[in-house]
Amino acid sequence: MAEAIFEVFRGDREGGQPATYRVPIAPGMVVLDALHHIQAHQAPDLAVRWNCKAGKCGSCSAEVNGRPRLTCKTRMDALPLDKPITVQPMKSFPVIKDLVTDVSWNYRVNKKIPPFDPRPGTDWKMYQEDIDRVQEFRKCIECFLCQNVCHVLREHDEMEEFGGPRFFVRVAGLEMHPLDSKSRTRLLKDELGIGLCNITKCCTEVCPEEIHITDNAIIPLKERVVDEFYDPVLMLVRKIRGAKQD
Amino acid sequence: MTTEYETHDHDVLIIGAGGAGLRAALGALAQGARVGVVCKSLLGKAHTVMAEGGIAAAMANVDSADDWRTHFRDTMRGGKLLNNWRMAQIHAQEAPERVRELEQWGALFDRTQDGQILQRAFGGHTFRRLCHVGDRTGLEMIRTLQDRGVQLGIDVYMECTISRLLKDGDRIAGAFGYWREQGRFVVFRAKSIVMATGGIGKAWKITSNSWEYTGDGMALAYDAGAELMDMEFVQFHPTGMVWPPGVQGILVTEAVRGEGGILRNKLGERFMEKYDPKRMELSTRDVVARSIYTEVREGRGTEHGGAYLDISQKPADYVKKKLPSMYHQFKELADVDITKGPMEVGPTCHYMMGGIRVDAETAKSSVPGLFAAGEAAAGLHGANRLGGNSLSDLLVFGRRAGLAAADHSKIAQTTSIDSTQIEEAAREMLAPFERKAGESPYAIHSDLQETMQNLVGIFRNKEDLLRALEELEKLKHRVDHVNVEGSRLFNPGWHLAQDLKAMLTVSEAVTRSALAREESRGAHSRIDHSGLDPTWGTKNNVIVREGSTMTLRQSPVPEIPGELKQLVAEEK
Repeated sequence: MAEAIFEVFRGDREGGQPATYRVPIAPGMVVLDALHHIQAHQAPDLAVRWNCKAGKCGSCSAEVNGRPRLTCKTRMDALPLDKPITVQPMKSFPVIKDLVTDVSWNYRVNKKIPPFDPRPGTDWKMYQEDIDRVQEFRKCIECFLCQNVCHVLREHDEMEEFGGPRFFVRVAGLEMHPLDSKSRTRLLKDELGIGLCNITKCCTEVCPEEIHITDNAIIPLKERVVDEFYDPVLMLVRKIRGAKQD
Repeated sequence: MTTEYETHDHDVLIIGAGGAGLRAALGALAQGARVGVVCKSLLGKAHTVMAEGGIAAAMANVDSADDWRTHFRDTMRGGKLLNNWRMAQIHAQEAPERVRELEQWGALFDRTQDGQILQRAFGGHTFRRLCHVGDRTGLEMIRTLQDRGVQLGIDVYMECTISRLLKDGDRIAGAFGYWREQGRFVVFRAKSIVMATGGIGKAWKITSNSWEYTGDGMALAYDAGAELMDMEFVQFHPTGMVWPPGVQGILVTEAVRGEGGILRNKLGERFMEKYDPKRMELSTRDVVARSIYTEVREGRGTEHGGAYLDISQKPADYVKKKLPSMYHQFKELADVDITKGPMEVGPTCHYMMGGIRVDAETAKSSVPGLFAAGEAAAGLHGANRLGGNSLSDLLVFGRRAGLAAADHSKIAQTTSIDSTQIEEAAREMLAPFERKAGESPYAIHSDLQETMQNLVGIFRNKEDLLRALEELEKLKHRVDHVNVEGSRLFNPGWHLAQDLKAMLTVSEAVTRSALAREESRGAHSRIDHSGLDPTWGTKNNVIVREGSTMTLRQSPVPEIPGELKQLVAEEK
């Protein structure tokens, strides 16, 4: 039976190194299958997060041959087998153990976002054409691969100043909800640091749900921030009439 | 030994953060309780996230003739009248309000032309009834509930696992568990606990369930003295993926059939004409699963031992819009373009109708302070669950469990936890590290899955079930000698060693109940007792612990009151 050679990161917060495993290949096998095989037969304490194994929960993110992927959707037959397949934890988050990283920062950012706030007296009628774009944002499975590749987080560690693509997508879903009444543009500008994004589209490229993060979420939100805070005509109007509460 | 542990105090502790757990948390919060939610995975990854087809609720947005009575009737008939009628009534009556509530908290369902929530057809439902978001309804639901819960201030203990319920006399006093990250112990003190831990599918080899579905909530409740009911009724979803091997069992949503998908065997025959000519592909899951299984067994299966499911007669754009995740799932994992050709599908262990026996109104179990909701609880679905009735179950009974648990915590006497219980729980957790030699938990798990798959599957007989009991006995001894390598730091092998105990408890309960029920009803099919037996139609199997022995008795099915009885009996 054909075999693949894996080099899987083993280690914890203190550090670590890749360990080598040989795994028999079955038709249609994905990288997560191989990791499970390693657990069952060679390294029972290999730490891996996973749940659905069907690309729906976003738990099994890792870097396969240097590319951020869901391991449950990374087919072995799409990888070159003449050299070892490397599997490493997401780089932008601190390692807990092996392929498991500490993603708790994301949950803290999420708490900053004010929830859906429906317009008073709405009759809850909404039309499909008005919610199509919001439904795109709500496809997000929180795999955090977009956060992992965003250079503001990956290279510059600006966790305190920046929310990251995942949360721009979440805010976009609220801001463009046809019945929402709240404005989150000040939050985007001041607390989530949307200005730091220079739209290199790395996030869009890795999104397993194929959400057009940059074009459909980030750019329109940037425009809203510009309109609200930097438009000279509006600034004048606001000076005269007073600013909208947010 | 003095065990080190941290302690947290809550009025209501909820175990499980899927739809039922989160809705229970919101219910308890609304009563002013201090609520803690413990979950084995990260928040938002629970099994609810995988629910695809929709939430069943008689909103009558598409078919104006629908009402709670029809939903009640469909549910009872689908469950072969073994359901708790009062739960089925509450469920049908309250589901529409629970869906509207989700929308008011920000959920965005697909819409009708006139701007209402769109509803689709599903197996066993008389009318188009499932409120949905493409084929990712569960994701929409869990995000909506989790965001609301976090905003309102529930404490969530992520990647934390409960291994034992703690009691004060016969009452619930708290729970003992461990943090996966560091392996440290934790004690939660609470007068009310809600079990929202989901199902048991990981005891079978071919399953749509994730690693979390090990029956721990049911086993914890059983250990604490609660009754388990209807444990023989395990739902095999008719359509799981069958090829390639790595994806075997992954769910193919019933929405494919709801949207017009057709089942054929390798001869091209639309075989549901033989088994249920009236409802065809939209028959109930038990019937469709058995039909596919029979076609394969009789030599009319596909290349990889399944049936063909074809939606490619619909326009490609429509398929991609209504079934986007199915489109991607098959394209990426099986090299099949479902807009152009058929899928190969076969039955997969999917859902547990049985579980912790609860009171219909309050979701309380027989143990004071212990509540249960969702898949962990029994009663609503009887012998077979209709698609879409799970998500509505989570909302309706999750809320009720949360409300009742909060009320209980206000009136219950103060409880205390003696340290011997904690010491014992800690010792039990650490035992696999103490043994110098022993077996890997993965090997035992694999053998358990083979046993349940081969001997306690879709079709059962006395001989197989007796053999299964023998095998389970052997597996129990092996688990007593399981050995774990490595440290307490995020150790999946250690975790599995704990899960095995729960899986063995529920597997034994399933097997004993299946052996006792000498008839075929709903999801329980006995080759040696085919057909319904009216005397069994009035009895639920109930499992309870007596000392260290699992005992089984029968309890009468609550009698349906006159008016509702007529509703169930009369033909359409």
